[in-house]
Amino acid sequence: MPDYGFGDYLQFVLSGLSTGSIYALVALGIVIIYSVTGIINLAQGEYTMLGAMFAVTFYKWGLPLPLAFAASVIVVILIGMLIERLTVKPVRSASPVTLIIITVGVSIIIRGVALLIWGATPYSLPEFTPGAPLTLFGAILSRQRLWIMGVTALVLALLYYLLERTLLGKALRACAINQTAASFMGVSPGQMSLLSFALSAALGAVAGIVIAPLTLVSYNMGLMLGLKGFVAAVIGGLVSAPGAVIGGLLLGVIESLSAGLISSGMKDAIAFLALFVVLLWRAEEVTPRLRSLLRRQSEVEG
Amino acid sequence: MNIGRFWHRAPNVFGLILFAIFLAITPLWVQSNYLLSTAIFIGIAAILTLGLALLMGYAGQISLGHAAFYAMGAYTSAILTVKFAYSPWLAMALGVLITGTLAYLIGKVIFRLSGHYLALATLALGVIVFLALGEFRGLTGGPSGLPGVPQLTIGGFSFDNDVKYYYLVWAVFWLLLAFSLNVVNSRIGRALRAIHASEIAAESVGVDASRFKLRVLVLSAVYASLAGSLYVHYMRFVSPQPFDFNASVRLVVMAAVGGLASVWGAPFGAAAVILLTVLLRDTLPFFIKNASGEHTVIVYGVILVLIMIFMPEGLTSGLLKRRRWPSFRSKK
Amino acid sequence: MNSWNGRWTGILLLCLSALLFAGCAAPAAAPEAAAPADESAGETVKIGFMAAVTGGAAFLGEPEQEAALMVQAQLAEEGITGPDGEPIDVEIIMYDTEGSGDAAIPLAKKLIEDDQVAVIVGATRSPVSLALIPVIQEAKVPFISMASSSAIVEPVEERYWVFKTPQSNIHTAPWQVRYVKEQGIDKVASLYVNNAYGEDGRDAIRQAAEEAGVEIVLEETFESSDTDMTSQLTKVKASDAGALLVTGLPPAASILTKQFRELGLDMPLVHNHGIGMKPFIDLAGVENAEGVVFPIGKMIAVDSLADDDPQKAVLQGFIKDYEAFTGNPASTFAGHAWDGLQIALAAIKTMPAGLSLEEQRAYIRDAVENMEFVGTGGVFHFSPEDHVGLSPDDVVTVRIVDGEWQYFPPEDW
Repeated sequence: MPDYGFGDYLQFVLSGLSTGSIYALVALGIVIIYSVTGIINLAQGEYTMLGAMFAVTFYKWGLPLPLAFAASVIVVILIGMLIERLTVKPVRSASPVTLIIITVGVSIIIRGVALLIWGATPYSLPEFTPGAPLTLFGAILSRQRLWIMGVTALVLALLYYLLERTLLGKALRACAINQTAASFMGVSPGQMSLLSFALSAALGAVAGIVIAPLTLVSYNMGLMLGLKGFVAAVIGGLVSAPGAVIGGLLLGVIESLSAGLISSGMKDAIAFLALFVVLLWRAEEVTPRLRSLLRRQSEVEG
Repeated sequence: MNIGRFWHRAPNVFGLILFAIFLAITPLWVQSNYLLSTAIFIGIAAILTLGLALLMGYAGQISLGHAAFYAMGAYTSAILTVKFAYSPWLAMALGVLITGTLAYLIGKVIFRLSGHYLALATLALGVIVFLALGEFRGLTGGPSGLPGVPQLTIGGFSFDNDVKYYYLVWAVFWLLLAFSLNVVNSRIGRALRAIHASEIAAESVGVDASRFKLRVLVLSAVYASLAGSLYVHYMRFVSPQPFDFNASVRLVVMAAVGGLASVWGAPFGAAAVILLTVLLRDTLPFFIKNASGEHTVIVYGVILVLIMIFMPEGLTSGLLKRRRWPSFRSKK
Repeated sequence: MNSWNGRWTGILLLCLSALLFAGCAAPAAAPEAAAPADESAGETVKIGFMAAVTGGAAFLGEPEQEAALMVQAQLAEEGITGPDGEPIDVEIIMYDTEGSGDAAIPLAKKLIEDDQVAVIVGATRSPVSLALIPVIQEAKVPFISMASSSAIVEPVEERYWVFKTPQSNIHTAPWQVRYVKEQGIDKVASLYVNNAYGEDGRDAIRQAAEEAGVEIVLEETFESSDTDMTSQLTKVKASDAGALLVTGLPPAASILTKQFRELGLDMPLVHNHGIGMKPFIDLAGVENAEGVVFPIGKMIAVDSLADDDPQKAVLQGFIKDYEAFTGNPASTFAGHAWDGLQIALAAIKTMPAGLSLEEQRAYIRDAVENMEFVGTGGVFHFSPEDHVGLSPDDVVTVRIVDGEWQYFPPEDW
């Protein structure tokens, strides 16, 4: 292992945090849909690809970057809502296995259509504010990475406001906690499901656009981002929004550190091992709760 | 065995006989090695799908990393025969043992969790195994793969052409199908269906849900391992690529298309997905000018989604019946 | 009794689908029965072509397929003639391997037995080409691969029927090492993409470095789907390597280049021939790609070649035709496909009429093995010991200046 200085360690952490921000956004999308509808949405990664692709396209049409950004997010939100209406609404009561497979099918379709429209060659998007990178105690941070972290923070703040401070957000949370009770209170689970898909599409699109200048855009970029989003979501507990954010950032840093300190070939494997460890830990934690639930059930029956 | 029981089983026995006859005579009129090798790949996929269908249909769990078990069978066979000159059959058995043990350990932990954590755990396993295949180059040959896997022989008889291999693969499938039907109709099968209907209810009448789910997981991993061994001895070469995440997804698609309500769906699902790809490749250009693989992929996705929406129990049962879980009610 | 009926119907359906399969199979099986393979091969000589038009390697397979379509169009227009001046009917049959060995094997059998091709050009990715070798060797059909891994043609005793057109990394790596050595650097880091191509490159760099007395102080990998190589690059930065040698393909290679500049590394960045396509520069950004040096076939430096270079006219012709036909810039990958098909056609042109299919295949194989062919990838000197037929002399070094490839011969180092 090379001789690392403080700057190098800081470098690992900072670049891990910026990649982790993207995972956090993807994970949030997964968590929102899962909490509200109970669906494990394996097509979540595709929203990032769509966001990035549309931004590139609009930018090429001559739209200024901020406008291309906004337009792309809107288009992807519409696509997310369309997907919900076409594939989720008709089978609301289907088994979880069926729902998982449907999202797999949706991701296959999205990827296929993207390949058809945009081809296999990757695209690039210019940095939001080009210029020399910043130096911080020997670590180097490009301006785009600052943008990634900044935009993520902003999105999180907006999301917090939406969920905690607006009626819509309260309805959404109510639906996540108990759908039946929420519907008694006049909240329509159907509309909330639509809203959750719109929200997570928006989150995905934003993630895709901010990372595009750094990593290039291709039709199959969504797959790995989606999987990493899953790991982050599970680390965070699958139903907790702050958990997803922490999970995402943690995953980014773990990856970056393990590539730097252990082996670059094993860094993805280490990320997925983390998922295993978390599941194991949760298994220990959840079992007693399940038992008590069972006991209560039999008491009710008895 | 009383007469009622016999009649209850008769369709399966009769079906197995018919199926065996069909399999046996197919090579008599399918002379093309193109079609035979397609049939061999269908057979291997059918073995994998059979295990997955048991897991999904009877234990109500989904594995998104089944290619990992498949890869473990394949690589155990390849490594032991190429690097250590083991007999292919011994290697195959060891592959089954290793894969089954791993599945047991994973299931032991995961089935303590309720919900669909197996999907996520297997997803992670799939990625880890795939990466490990590329990383441990000394053993696996890395991403470039491992050539020189020997052909299967038994005594002086070598499975060295497509017709012989066709019979081997489908004979293995047939035996596993018969075994699976037995499992499904045994006490374990009934317990599994009860778990699928309501885990809590089943537990409250004394069914240890996680133990039964664990058994099915191990069984489906063992099937996958066998399929992997058969695969490498046919290809005589192995590289990590056929075991990526997409491969796991494809298996889930096959199981879903075939239908989870019956193990009979497995060969149908495997054949439908593989033949659909072939068929689309050959016919789509007539409908869409300059159609290429991209169109094929889209059509494949659309068909999958439509099946899941309109026939969530898969094509086999979806086309013919509307009932949910067969057979359990009528017995009592 | 309900379930009972359900089971019967399931079995009925299975039988029905079996019949359907039989229906699909019958017409395809028929022609083979009608015309045994060995009888007469007919008047049309068929070439099989297999590229990964879809799947993860589609960005390589697409230009290959386009080159094949171009050759097909030219054949339809101009045709070719045999040794006796009689026109020969040549047909190219194309299939998509989807970048998968499982899909490629039945297709290869279809080409060999049902379509009765005399030669196969194909298989975009190295593992797919490798997976095809047992089938090819057994069927005794000449196979010209468009994938680069040297294991495809080695050991040559076990690759009697197999040739390939891309340069191997063993032809390019010596240039990478030689360049850094000339800069007075004797410690290097090697980064490679974690697939067959990258592995092959790593081995070639090891070998070249050992021969040149250059020490590799760090070897790291990256995934072709990776979007962040900062960690690996930080490692390089912290090591005492004086230069970075990379074996990779865009987009990962472009991302790496971007982040290499971002981190402010000031050592020479030497890529390998995998980046020989225009998107590399666009994706990395003109200012980031500036100064990148890499070895590659002569196509990229065509305008800087001496007029008496045997490849110059061939390359200019290919580039002009390809760009007119497809509207896209020519790439070395399209060139690999073109070379493969032209080598096959060159063999067919000398083939006497009236051979059986088996004789045609053997003839083409022997003709290729003894062929000297000026292609886009170099001047191929095939021989029984060498089924690539290229040497480091077919490789030039190129430097990226102002977003353009610039011929960068050793004199200018």
